[in-house]
Amino acid sequence: MTICYNEMVDGGRVREPYAMLSDWIETMPAEIRQMKQAEAEALFRRIGITFAVYGEGGDPDRLIPFDMMPRVFLQAEWRRLERGIKQRARALNAFLRDVYGRGEIVRAGRIPARLVYQNAAYEKAVVGFVPPRGVFSHIVGIDIVRTGRDEFYVLEDNCRTPSGVSYMLENREIMMRMFPALFRNNRIEPVDQYPELLRRTLASVAPARCEGTPTVVILTPGHYNSAYYEHSFLANLMGVELVEGSDLFVDGGFVYMRTTQGPKRVDVIYRRIDDQFLDPLCFRRDSMLGVPGLMDVYRSGGVSIASAPGAGVADDKAVYTFVPEMVRFYLGEEPILRNVQTWTLWKDEDYRYVMANLKDLVVKEVHGSGGYGMLIGPCASQAEIDAFAERIKADPGNYIAQPTLALSTSPTFVDEGVAPRHVDLRPFCLCGDRVELVPGGLTRVALREGSLVVNSSQGGGVKDTWVLSE
Amino acid sequence: MLSRTAANLFWMGRHLERAEIAARLLDVGARITLLPNTAEGYRNEWESLLRASGAQAAFAERYGDGITQENIESWLFFDHANPSSVASCIERAREGGRIVRTALTSQVWDALNMAYQELRALERQSRARLDTAMLTDFTTRHGSTVRGAINATQLRNDGWHFVNLGYSLERADATARLLDVKYFVLLPRVEFVGSGLDNYQWQVILRALSAHRAFHWAYGGEVTASKVADFLILNGESPRSLLTSLYEAVWHLDGLVRRYGADVPASASARAHQTLEQLMARDIEAIFDEGLHEFLSWFINEVASISNAVHDDYLSGRT
Repeated sequence: MTICYNEMVDGGRVREPYAMLSDWIETMPAEIRQMKQAEAEALFRRIGITFAVYGEGGDPDRLIPFDMMPRVFLQAEWRRLERGIKQRARALNAFLRDVYGRGEIVRAGRIPARLVYQNAAYEKAVVGFVPPRGVFSHIVGIDIVRTGRDEFYVLEDNCRTPSGVSYMLENREIMMRMFPALFRNNRIEPVDQYPELLRRTLASVAPARCEGTPTVVILTPGHYNSAYYEHSFLANLMGVELVEGSDLFVDGGFVYMRTTQGPKRVDVIYRRIDDQFLDPLCFRRDSMLGVPGLMDVYRSGGVSIASAPGAGVADDKAVYTFVPEMVRFYLGEEPILRNVQTWTLWKDEDYRYVMANLKDLVVKEVHGSGGYGMLIGPCASQAEIDAFAERIKADPGNYIAQPTLALSTSPTFVDEGVAPRHVDLRPFCLCGDRVELVPGGLTRVALREGSLVVNSSQGGGVKDTWVLSE
Repeated sequence: MLSRTAANLFWMGRHLERAEIAARLLDVGARITLLPNTAEGYRNEWESLLRASGAQAAFAERYGDGITQENIESWLFFDHANPSSVASCIERAREGGRIVRTALTSQVWDALNMAYQELRALERQSRARLDTAMLTDFTTRHGSTVRGAINATQLRNDGWHFVNLGYSLERADATARLLDVKYFVLLPRVEFVGSGLDNYQWQVILRALSAHRAFHWAYGGEVTASKVADFLILNGESPRSLLTSLYEAVWHLDGLVRRYGADVPASASARAHQTLEQLMARDIEAIFDEGLHEFLSWFINEVASISNAVHDDYLSGRT
């Protein structure tokens, strides 16, 4: 077993960011801890935050376990992460602008044309279209893992509609409510400006034909969606309407919503539905969630859509391997955040290597998510490996493989007290007239000992994420 | 405000009121089953209450002849097949509230969600451990908490008007229906005056509207049919009377008209004003002369028209 980086204890000593938490844990009696844990769960249930992160499905009223032990970053650590995240978000948007325009990166031979133009997420309907301020992906969720004091890797980019930000905000609310002293005695950067930043970002990409203050709405598939809580939570904090497709209609080159006072024009739609459901006249004809005619208005500059249709071509697992190349190509910089080494199985030599080393690797479907459709070699039985190998043989192009990373651990409350558990991080980067990032994100934790899977459907929980100010 | 949001708020108000109505019927129904089964006995009473909620046939279909304490409780409180049961109404009110979370304060949502979570906990409990009083208390307690949260914390904006419009129209409708089913006991019939049956029936009506104590405060003296009818139809102090309910509906419609101005159609407000005027032009003698049943049919019809006009003016999403 590889040695994992412990974010709390390094070289036998408690690291600075966790010093005060170490006192906090030691002075908290077990019965107080249990009481607080029960209180936290009751709070989550009362506010109704019961949904699966990242569209994992399952019981809609299921609670995701909340670990009261925060995960802490030093200011200096965060500043580096922040630069890396913003750099990556800029490069991804430059890439999208390019591939729906002249395709310079493909012409330059830096990425195979097939991966871009034959990608299922490549949207022909927006070819040649430049959205306001040239931004395609307005909310970029970048999943990051840590493997050493200064080693951070990007696992995955999410350029469409990354979810989980309501957890970032609610986790903090609940921690502040339950442990005010921790916040009084430590200088922890706030995250509650996120909704206002998001609203500002969206207003900044209003279309040219918008007059006056832009009207922003959030478009949800409806209350049966597992992330509905998040949609309404954000709409509430941003002070914007939460609409369903049937609330909107197209008339004379603009989009309107149906209100008690008659039609009201909409300028920016933050959609939380997938591309193919946006407009039955343009994409799936059986979509009941979208707005007929929306894409025509979009392309003629009558409304903005965030993220833009087609943004998904930048975030699949095959394109992922080229993101460092995008940073160099568009920004002329060296990537600050590293990519995990990735073998792409449509290449013969990679295929041979991977098939010979399945028991040491993690193999993922190019379009899979939520921890499903993947093989974690070191944790799998021989039978599972053999079965998965058959699936790979059937369609090698659908898979990539990565080494098993030694994910860092963060101290976590468990039955016996506090123990290290593996964590990852999803920060939410906002792109409009400026690129913004609140100091924090969603930390997911694998609650089972030794487990590397942080997905809530498979025993994962969430934590508050702190960035200490200077 | 989105038309869909307004519609959800309106129906949230109606469902919350309806849940309380179901609980009141449950209270009365349970009381009736405690009486000896005489010639016309409790069955008759109970069936007329079922008729008031418009559910006689549906109940019979589900429980056959079994008018027992347990079946009454099941039907009025727990049964999801009964769209007017407490469980159905709380669930739908909460569902509506969840859809329009952004239009509710966190206190209102909290109260609504608590009612729902506790309802689910009740549903999981063994029925042997639940008694009727507890179920009605549960409903009125949560009903009051939600209503209190609405009136203490919601902005006095259009959304608030829509919720209260739902409440008041539902209440006007329910009181009128209950009276209509029981109208025969309110008609002054010589042979019944002063008889035990007569008095008991009036008590049942008053109790069903949680008004038996209020009645005595307001009128005092002997309970007579015309006093009871006056109290439940024309008394502006009685919280559930037709006049009070309609007056509140008019007040909230006026609020919407003021807020929205002349560009938005106001047919509901016009209709409600007209109905209110016609109601106030009557006294109880005139109503008895006209025929109580005819009067109530007219009123129920008017409430439905106002509700439809609310839909046309505000909820239908005019384009």
